[in-house]
Amino acid sequence: MIDGLRRLGRSTLRWFNRLGRATLFLLRLLGALAALGKRPGLIVKQLYSLGVLSLPIIAMSGLFVGMVLGLQGYANLVDFGATSSLGTVVALSLVRELGPVLAALLYAARAGSALTAEIGLMKATEQLAAMQMMAVDPFARVFAPRFVAGVIAMPLLAGIFTAIGILGGYFVAVQQLGVDSGAFWSQMQAAVRLVDDVINGVVVKSAVFGWVANWIAVFEGYDAIPTSEGISLATTRTVVNTALVVLALDFMLTAIFFGV
Amino acid sequence: MSATAPAVPIDPPDTSPLVTARGLTFHRGDRAIFQDVNLDIRRGGITAIMGPSGAGKTTLLRLIGGQLRPTAGRVEVDGACVHELGRRELYQLRKRMSMLFQSGALFTDLSVFDNVAFPLREHTRLPETLIRTLVLMKLEAVGLRGARDLMPSELSGGMARRAALARAIALDPMMILYDEPFSGQDPITMGVLIKLIRTLNDALGLTSIIVSHDVKETASIADYIYLISDGLIVDHGPPEALEHSSSAWVEQFLHALPDGPMSFHYPALPYAQDLLLARERTGD
Amino acid sequence: MGTLKKLELAVGIFVALGLAAFFMLAMKVSNIADLGEDKGYKITARFENVGGLKVRAPVTMGGVRIGRVVGIDLDPRSYEAVVILSIEPKYDRLPTDSSASILTSGVLGEQYVGLEPGGMDEYLKSGGSLKLTQSALVLEKLIGRMLTNAASGDKPPAKTP
Ligand SMILES: Nc1ncnc2c1ncn2[C@@H]1O[C@H](COP(=O)(O)OP(=O)(O)OP(=O)(O)O)[C@@H](O)[C@H]1O
Ligand SMILES: [Mg+2]
Repeated sequence: MIDGLRRLGRSTLRWFNRLGRATLFLLRLLGALAALGKRPGLIVKQLYSLGVLSLPIIAMSGLFVGMVLGLQGYANLVDFGATSSLGTVVALSLVRELGPVLAALLYAARAGSALTAEIGLMKATEQLAAMQMMAVDPFARVFAPRFVAGVIAMPLLAGIFTAIGILGGYFVAVQQLGVDSGAFWSQMQAAVRLVDDVINGVVVKSAVFGWVANWIAVFEGYDAIPTSEGISLATTRTVVNTALVVLALDFMLTAIFFGV
Repeated sequence: MSATAPAVPIDPPDTSPLVTARGLTFHRGDRAIFQDVNLDIRRGGITAIMGPSGAGKTTLLRLIGGQLRPTAGRVEVDGACVHELGRRELYQLRKRMSMLFQSGALFTDLSVFDNVAFPLREHTRLPETLIRTLVLMKLEAVGLRGARDLMPSELSGGMARRAALARAIALDPMMILYDEPFSGQDPITMGVLIKLIRTLNDALGLTSIIVSHDVKETASIADYIYLISDGLIVDHGPPEALEHSSSAWVEQFLHALPDGPMSFHYPALPYAQDLLLARERTGD
Repeated sequence: MGTLKKLELAVGIFVALGLAAFFMLAMKVSNIADLGEDKGYKITARFENVGGLKVRAPVTMGGVRIGRVVGIDLDPRSYEAVVILSIEPKYDRLPTDSSASILTSGVLGEQYVGLEPGGMDEYLKSGGSLKLTQSALVLEKLIGRMLTNAASGDKPPAKTP
């Protein structure tokens, strides 16, 4: 009993300790951003590996999710004779929730894990130490460009996911199930609001998710125990923690934006 | 650039040591890696730090480079106490010294050429043509001009070490710290490296610190040797003096004798006792 | 340098795709025109009951969207709901005796204002008002009426939304 409590106390302390270190890390990261203005090339390179290389999985997933929404929405709405609202259902679910959330989860699995592994490996092979000995700050040269590129890439990926998802829903609804194309779009347009749904949903949510997903990924790499086992653990932690934090934040943001 | 003589006339030679450690103590957890160590590294010379594996040689280099903080005592480089400097000043100091890491530590996402060009591109605003000339010059010096387009993963261990050496001399530093420059090199390369370190040191007016357990090679180029073991400096002096040392430990280390006061084992229980313990545990 | 060019191109395409996606979300999925300044002319319509009508709901005529609801208020004297409609300027020939009803799209859809053209030669202008209105169908009232009618043996009113 006492032992269990002590263990609980210890892991709580350790958890707060990590949170503190992660916060300090983020502050140093933000402090290094200024130096980045002179080196846009560094960000472009990371935009390629974090953004461009994530495109295929984001596009494919978006398409399938949109098509499933089309099918399910149709199956449910057809009983009420309300299939003309299918566009609204597909667009609202994607714009408000599924677009930003699924894009962030996929990003964590595809790009976040790679980010952690890469930085952890740089640490294990003394590349970061070598950089410091060359008087080059890894925060400015390695961490900040990756973080910034990831923060830029996330909303773009979420936007692409959502747009392709809606097209997927359109394909199923209009081409396959015979919903009227005009009704699909006009009902959607009448119901989806630019600021309340698109900006608050896709843009704000994915921007927030981009921050935490990349913060976690870069920090876990930096904090990894520099062995192959340590790096594999850190990579797993990136994916798991990002998923949990994104879902929890999504709940809070939904309550703020769309709650009553 | 590497052929120019030091700009400062050597008239009043600066005889103060470039690196000094006073009362240096460093702990990893409860274990003391160093205890009250004093040493001086002379300007312009090649100083070797030798000792068995795990003695703390790499740790010493990191203390000098300011990557680790001593538990007690001071480390001074060129008159500045390394661990009391702010980050900016420390980085300013580090631009003037470079370290060759035991593993090479090449940037795996950059080609050999870009690795050598890295410090130049980070710290200078030289035009790309001049950078190319400088990089090829450094690569020529280590015999890797032909390998400039290879990625680090395509290099052998020895080639990686030489590429890292080319990178270490890219900025013409005042001091180079070599961590195990010879291990993993074939005899010919080893000879080339020894000559290279000596030539670089003398031509550029560098100060070199070599950490190694390759006794013969290191002794052949070092001007001064520190022997460390168990957190203490066991002996120091020019190679010839150590050669005739009366210490049994020095005798054993320098002549690579299997028997002597130095143990090859990490501190442990007596072997027989350990085996018995294992037996008790498995219940046989 | 060739690979660098290719990389920059790929990143450029990626960013362009992302912006195109947001463009589509703004123009085709939602209605960016909603955000712009309201250029329509305003007319009012008084209803006994607006039901679940909301601001921004569409105003249609013949199934075509011609404007939207920009305000809903209660007249404190007559206890009538005053709905302000903004009609796009190009639909400037709405007869003054047109009628407005609050309709529901589908059984569970959103409510909107449907206009039926009248026959007069005079047209509504900014500030004008619709005289003929039909209130929203409130489901509870409808059911209640059906029940009382059924009890008194009458037929329920044959009205459809
Ligand atoms: N990160 C660390 N955490 C804890 N202990 C460490 C760490 N790094 C090194 N040590 C310990 O410090 C001691 C000195 O290590 P160091 O790497 O300096 O040895 P070395 O003399 O360079 O050995 P080698 O010749 O094998 O490279 C070792 O016994 C090691 O166990
Ligand atoms: Mg070592």
